[in-house]
Amino acid sequence: MNWTSSRADRQAWQQAAERLQRGEASLVSLWGEPGGAYLALMASDAVSLLRLDCAAGAFPSVGRLHPPAIRLERALRDLSGLEAEGASDRRPWLRHAAPYAFLAAEGEGLHQIPVGPVHAGIIEPGHFRFTVNGEIVVRLEERLGYVHKGIDALVAGASLERAASLAGRVSGDSTVAYAIAFAQAVEDALDAPAPERAVWLRALAGELERLANHLGDIGAVCNDASFSIMHASCALLREHVLRASNACFGHRLMMDAVVPGGMRDDLAAQGEVTALLAFIRRRFPELVDLYENTASLKDRTVGTGVLTAALAQQFAAGGFIGRASGRRFDARRAPGYAPYDRLQFEVPCVQAGDVNARVWVRIQEVQQSLALIEQIMARLPAGPVRAALPFAAAEGAALVEGFRGDIFAWVRMGADGRIERCHLRDPSWFQWPLLEAAIEGNIVADFPLCNKSFNCSYSGHDL
Amino acid sequence: MTSKLLFRNFLRGPLTEPAPSSGEVALADEVNRAARARLGRSLSIRQVDAGSCNGCELEIHALNNVLYDLERFGLRFVASPRHADVLLVTGPVSANMREALERTHRATPDPKWVVAVGDCARDGGIFAGSAACVGGVSEVLPVDLHIPGCPPSPTALLKGLLALLESVSA
Repeated sequence: MNWTSSRADRQAWQQAAERLQRGEASLVSLWGEPGGAYLALMASDAVSLLRLDCAAGAFPSVGRLHPPAIRLERALRDLSGLEAEGASDRRPWLRHAAPYAFLAAEGEGLHQIPVGPVHAGIIEPGHFRFTVNGEIVVRLEERLGYVHKGIDALVAGASLERAASLAGRVSGDSTVAYAIAFAQAVEDALDAPAPERAVWLRALAGELERLANHLGDIGAVCNDASFSIMHASCALLREHVLRASNACFGHRLMMDAVVPGGMRDDLAAQGEVTALLAFIRRRFPELVDLYENTASLKDRTVGTGVLTAALAQQFAAGGFIGRASGRRFDARRAPGYAPYDRLQFEVPCVQAGDVNARVWVRIQEVQQSLALIEQIMARLPAGPVRAALPFAAAEGAALVEGFRGDIFAWVRMGADGRIERCHLRDPSWFQWPLLEAAIEGNIVADFPLCNKSFNCSYSGHDL
Repeated sequence: MTSKLLFRNFLRGPLTEPAPSSGEVALADEVNRAARARLGRSLSIRQVDAGSCNGCELEIHALNNVLYDLERFGLRFVASPRHADVLLVTGPVSANMREALERTHRATPDPKWVVAVGDCARDGGIFAGSAACVGGVSEVLPVDLHIPGCPPSPTALLKGLLALLESVSA
């Protein structure tokens, strides 16, 4: 990835925040450590990283000018103790010790519905505070952080191997994408690219992961509209992807298959992948037909939970959420990384921004992933899959497209080969706030449908 | 379109695979006989994520797909702890989930069992030692069964749950 790193003074920091405010750059991430804050932003597919010394324990708030930074600043304060000067929202985010004051909504006949952290289904925990007028949602406020495990602190000082395992457990559904992002950041720091065959195998694992998640979620969205035959049929396809992944990489979710320096093992099976492609290509089209031609189902998904293109742009919403609202960004294409520069694929994008658009984009992405896997298998280069890494005190960064969107990884390595500091930013940071906007004016009963169509990560966000 | 799919599935017969044998899974505590008689061969399960990476949830979800079809064994997931016999708990128990986990356990009527799922639910696993984690379900609740794995496969989960069911209804 094309990126630059520089030390900023307060003025340069402030100017960067103003560029974000004017929409001239999009926010990649904001994080800190005792004594310093970091701001990463992207313009013209290049990422620039600013570091501001915060000897006095504070930095000028970015969220004051650019709202997508607000939650990152709140988390930064909880994790590193640095204050965002002038911040409008000073409530803790990941630390839950104190009582929490939810934002007010006032008006005649309004009442609140608290939901969570333990939800009704088999899903991750979080709290949703709805203020409703009859059936209509007037305001949704999320409270997250329930699955905060302190991964930042665990990775700091960890060996490379342990840090890679932790990175692969930031969000279990995106373990491959996280492992690739972490490995690429390390390899970038050490200027030691992974062997060619490993790069292609990573893409294979990454596309299998995308396929499994998209297939499972397309069915699950339909299930939240009580259309269970789609759910059952898609879950069967997902299970086949997981079994093929297990045959290829020795683990159903492919945890720990990608390591800094390459892949842990070479591909263990090939026939399973061919059989998987044939199976999905036989079964998936009739499910797409079923989705497209069931009026009662479309009635629930069309026009529901609309995310405007303006908000998707402002928050730099990644993944299918951005691409369903007109933001055609895909980290595989730009900034881009190998081997996608040598593969043919399209980046599907629509403007509608509703539940149906998000499902539609994911259906198209299933087709793209199938085509990508076919190309990868046909052109898989021979050679070693792992190379020894040198030790060096250096910084590296990467932006990798998981199924949910772009995952940003930044590492600072010590000369002893340990990780001094690592920051992993889930795409959900910029998607969760948009769910609050998309649900406004919808009925409470459509929340599960909207929520599933976003499918943001709790664990990836809470760290 | 729907009827065509349903008809074909009807003719093809079920895709569900045979049950794995429950094997030798050690139960932490002897379960009392009165409870077994009352519950018979049926258990309602409430899943609680207490800080998991979501990997365990994905595999628990898979138990409901047509190949594993958990409900044929009389095991089913319920939406409320008040309807549950079993709490299926994942994660290293984050400090932020501790109270919710305790309250969910209190809301579950007796007799009840706690099954800890995944390596981090045993002792914190890879997250052990974090200031943000309590470190293992047994630090907070009495655990009757632990199903190891990162995450355990649906087959491993099924074996564990069947062993629990057998001991409960024996």
